[in-house]
Amino acid sequence: MNMAAEEKKSDGAVPTVPAIETEPLITARNVDVFYADKQALNGITLDIPANKVTSLIGPSGCGKTTFLRCINRMNDLIDICRVEGEIKIGGQDIYDPKVDVVSLRAQVGMVFQKPNPFPKSIFENVAYGPRIHHLVKSKGELKDVVERSLSKAGLLEEVHDRLDDPGTGLSGGQQQRLCIARAIAVEPKVILMDEPCSALDPIATARIEELIDELRENYTIVIVTHSMQQAARVSQQTAFFHMGNLVEAGKTEQIFTTPQDPRTESYITGRIG
Amino acid sequence: MQHINITNTRGPRPLEQALKITMVACSVIAIIITIGIVLSLAFEAYRFFQLVSLQDFLFGTKWSPQTAIRSDQVGAEGSFGAIPLITGTLLISAIAMATATPLGLASAIYLAEYASPTTRNVVKPLLEILAGIPTVVYGFFAALTVAPMIRWTGTEIGLEVASESALAAGLVMGIMIVPLISSLSDDVINAVPQSLRDASLGLGATKSETIRRVVLLSAFPGIAGSLLLATSRAIGETMIVVMAAGMAANLTANPLQAVTTITVQIVALLTGDQEFESAKTLSAFALGLLLFTITLVLNVVAQKIVNHFSEQYD
Repeated sequence: MNMAAEEKKSDGAVPTVPAIETEPLITARNVDVFYADKQALNGITLDIPANKVTSLIGPSGCGKTTFLRCINRMNDLIDICRVEGEIKIGGQDIYDPKVDVVSLRAQVGMVFQKPNPFPKSIFENVAYGPRIHHLVKSKGELKDVVERSLSKAGLLEEVHDRLDDPGTGLSGGQQQRLCIARAIAVEPKVILMDEPCSALDPIATARIEELIDELRENYTIVIVTHSMQQAARVSQQTAFFHMGNLVEAGKTEQIFTTPQDPRTESYITGRIG
Repeated sequence: MQHINITNTRGPRPLEQALKITMVACSVIAIIITIGIVLSLAFEAYRFFQLVSLQDFLFGTKWSPQTAIRSDQVGAEGSFGAIPLITGTLLISAIAMATATPLGLASAIYLAEYASPTTRNVVKPLLEILAGIPTVVYGFFAALTVAPMIRWTGTEIGLEVASESALAAGLVMGIMIVPLISSLSDDVINAVPQSLRDASLGLGATKSETIRRVVLLSAFPGIAGSLLLATSRAIGETMIVVMAAGMAANLTANPLQAVTTITVQIVALLTGDQEFESAKTLSAFALGLLLFTITLVLNVVAQKIVNHFSEQYD
């Protein structure tokens, strides 16, 4: 496991929030989410450090995906969903009425559980974001952006000679990397990943995990995962959600070796979940 | 050891057999009748083509189905060129589609993407009521309301408009087709997976960008299929054109003139007392066969496109 290599500090300090010394990029304070009358999240307070991978773990229905979707306001799309509390990215409240959701989502990209390439060519899939945001001025520039994004997503080598083929014709793992390339092409600051490997085989999963580790250099990544091994492998910070509450957050190593809360311990040892 | 009784003590089950035979018989009857209709159409059309050549029928530009009473009569020879009927049919269908496509598509997009569930539950049935109006009602609406209105408007701005203009029939036919397009397109737009909308919105696309660039693109084959089905409906539509389109077989592309359609001519040829040996009467079967071929091809192509589309996301 490469987590041992990531963080050498293991003096057993009591984890507080914020848990990691880096300046947090995303700060959530007392975030409540309601679906109609049902409360899905209770007062979540969490700091997410820049250029680190933060994994959100917990049993199904614990609210981790709901929290993820608050960060780029995808929950706005659900009519009955109401978000209270405060989420700031880079010091700006993203639920401020002055915020343009479209610009927010351009800054906070998202990769979904099931690969969802558009029914367009590989090239057009990646070019989609730069086109709608008018990020490029010429065809040549667009081609550069597309190739750079595919290359960062580790897909260029496999598809460079068939950029005009439909994106839906790729394998599951390639499709997911295409979706990552598509997100990167908009040059976001944050990438949210909602169980990006749950539909993939172990080899494709390993490839995506490597990629996540590489992307950390330039992006802040928040990943929801059902796999504790995956959380341990790719993330530096882990937050454990249970029944709409944030039970515990801290360095990944710490959460998995010396959890403070008995519920965390039960979950990571497989007694609940 | 436990004994289980699995020997058949009741004998054969006659009801099972009888039901099966009844059902097979019913479906066979339906198929045989269909084949019979097509065959009778084909046979009568064949008799017609012994009197008039296929070439004259398909490529002739004059339609004037006369049969001489005396052999030395002026204009004894009838002309059976179907071109004016085909162009008339296409002109009216084109006007209908030009009316129905934007209206139907826009309502489908509104219903599928913008309307709240409450609005949708009210608007969708209302639109479908349009489909329930008998075509004869559309027919007199076209003949008594729309046609005079167009004629009056035309005269006001100095245009010569026939009282049975192609425009009037086409516009009303278009309204009739709107629910067909909106309902089918609404279904295909709804079939576009939410994950594609999420992907687009997640990249910071606006709602309209998402609809234009992703949703409609994904739904395009299905929408094309629904438009083809609507076209085939327009081409075969009879009642509206019988009441609102003309009888004169003009070869024109001017929507303000009167044109006639294949269906109108079939009705005209076969109403009243007819002698079944004359080319005039038999031509109705040739026209019927022509119409059947056109709509069959359109339906098959449309069905293929729609099927292909629905398989795409399975």
